[in-house]
Amino acid sequence: MTTFLGMPAGGGNLTGEPFPKAAREALGNAQLRRNLAKATSTIRAKRANVVGELPDWAQLRAAGAAIKDEVLADLDEHLVRFEEALTSRGTRVHWARDAEEANRIVCDLVRATGTREVIKVKSMATVEIGVNEALAGIGVHAVETDLAELIVQLGDDRSSHILVPAIHRNRAEIREVFRRGMPGVDPGLTDDPRALAEAARKHLRQKFMTVDVAISGANFAVAETGSLVVVESEGNGRMCLTLPRTLISVVGIEKLVPSWRDLEVFLQLLPRSSTGERMNPYTSVWTGPTEGQTSHVVLVDNGRTATLADPDGRAALRCIRCSACLNSCPVYERTGGHAYGSTYPGPIGAVLSPQLTGVDRNPTLPFASSLCGVCYDVCPVAIDIPSMLVHLRERVVSAKRTTPESTAMRALAWAMSDARRWRRLLGLGRFGRVASRHVPLPGWSTARDLPEPPKETFRDWWGSR
Amino acid sequence: MRVALFVTCLVDGLFPDVGKATVRLLERLGHEVVVPSAQTCCGQMHINTGYAGQAMPVIRNHVEAFEGADVIVAPSGSCAGSVRHQHADVARAHGDATLAEAAAGTAERTYELSEFLVDVLGVTDVGAYFPHRVTYHPTCHSLRVLDVRDRPLRLLRAVEGIDLVELPSAETCCGFGGTFALKNADTSTAMLGDKMSAVLSTKAGVVTAGDSSCLMHIGGGLSRLRSGVRPLHLAQILEQTR
Ligand code: SF4
Repeated sequence: MTTFLGMPAGGGNLTGEPFPKAAREALGNAQLRRNLAKATSTIRAKRANVVGELPDWAQLRAAGAAIKDEVLADLDEHLVRFEEALTSRGTRVHWARDAEEANRIVCDLVRATGTREVIKVKSMATVEIGVNEALAGIGVHAVETDLAELIVQLGDDRSSHILVPAIHRNRAEIREVFRRGMPGVDPGLTDDPRALAEAARKHLRQKFMTVDVAISGANFAVAETGSLVVVESEGNGRMCLTLPRTLISVVGIEKLVPSWRDLEVFLQLLPRSSTGERMNPYTSVWTGPTEGQTSHVVLVDNGRTATLADPDGRAALRCIRCSACLNSCPVYERTGGHAYGSTYPGPIGAVLSPQLTGVDRNPTLPFASSLCGVCYDVCPVAIDIPSMLVHLRERVVSAKRTTPESTAMRALAWAMSDARRWRRLLGLGRFGRVASRHVPLPGWSTARDLPEPPKETFRDWWGSR
Repeated sequence: MRVALFVTCLVDGLFPDVGKATVRLLERLGHEVVVPSAQTCCGQMHINTGYAGQAMPVIRNHVEAFEGADVIVAPSGSCAGSVRHQHADVARAHGDATLAEAAAGTAERTYELSEFLVDVLGVTDVGAYFPHRVTYHPTCHSLRVLDVRDRPLRLLRAVEGIDLVELPSAETCCGFGGTFALKNADTSTAMLGDKMSAVLSTKAGVVTAGDSSCLMHIGGGLSRLRSGVRPLHLAQILEQTR
């Protein structure tokens, strides 16, 4: 067996609640179930349509996987090249080992500007390390400008999806969030989507015009030129990237692609997989600061090197955060993202989060899947999530000492490695009783009847033929 | 042809009728069935629950039990999937290259029942008669691990007298997932609930699939509802004649 040597160093905004328990609470919320089922089934159908249009989807997907693997194989070299390119164009580069270090860098940079408020481009990396909370700690308010992220922020809520953080909310709920959380909002606000969007626009416009410091992430980072790429739907990100005088970009080290040519592949894979669109409305690419702007890039590890060191798990770093696996997952569809208790929910969260933080801090996530395999089918960079889940489960299990489960499994494996023992177990007609006594079965009988144990095993029948 | 039946532990111990149906079907089609007596289980439950190390002797036993067989047929997409896509990898990861190589050999000769009938024997009409309204659930591992596609449906469509009705959201997982059904019982039950609604909406009297495990889950739920819908394995339908 391969020994896992990497020392995970990541934080992950964890709630610490085990998945089964958090899931139970979510499952009891009928409104949530309805909102999720509606949203995910709509986007699933859209994705299937636009993916089906491309005759070379399979090749694109293979290309996406291959490019990412190539980057990951020589990540150190690509990063150095990226840093040189950034520096030569006037961007300051900072390296952060973990969340704490990244936040310290960001806070220092923000503090130096003297601002009390920053505007933010939607970014998973900043959620992962908890930038907003860190800034609040030094008295700086971070304003989310992505509509869904803003809804979550104003509602004092947590994100439930990596692309649509407010997927668990319907229109009526959003109106309430705006009415309570948005200063100066029209009290007669309706739940018409246009009215809601207009309210958000007014609120944000004022921020764009007055706040001078912005924080972004990046969907991709091009090593050869030091370019950063943000892909979005609303255009609010572009406002943040261009208007403020200070731009701080927090970028996970796995976001690199070697060259501009490689971008072409991902700009096809990403929008189709995530929003079910042929092309997203806004793609912003910037190479160095615009005139009069100071730009910083904070390159974040936070458990990524440790993930890279694990041959069974490193493919998780290919992830381009498209959310196709979330939208397709039957578990996610029923529990929503909060149940996962970590920044990254859904199938990718179940493999990525435990790797970034260490399995001991996320031990229930690798089991939060029925291994149905649909996540692998839809993943645009072909991450074999089911196999990775199985590997991680092995790691969770071997980190524990003897448990009733491991004892039962050991006994069963002992019986199953020899036909005579197995026959004795079955032949005594005790299979059902033995199984229900020793294999932990509570949970089964709450909703399902057990089959009647047969009078005769197949083996007995065959033997007597 | 001489066919070695990999009956699977679940069928052996809990659903012997599925094994018997498979034997009768293959014999009716003119093939000789052998049941290597050293076989037990594929070890999938151990592997998928994180006990791959403990599964090693189980895998070894399976590989040795089927050493001499030309073709191996299992009435289970999930177990055939484990043999085909997990055994060699697990053996390699646990440092046994010899076993890995032997397991890869076993994998090549292993077929799920519908694959064997359609691809190897080249039949879709097995001469069955089953005058009932039936809906088919494609189990996740048949569908995505083995990629059996429409083979089971082609076999069912050829059954005389059958009224085959499409299952809504057929390709969505039923929520079984092995130990997932126990470890995440609430989520599993929610998934089962939606699957049962889909089954009931078809007004079928029989729900069929290529895996006894998923049928045990769906059938267990339907029985609790006193729905009167019978779970039957694909082999049990194909076995029936006039
Ligand atoms: S794992 Fe694949 S499908 Fe899921 S978010 Fe990442 S890239 Fe998308």
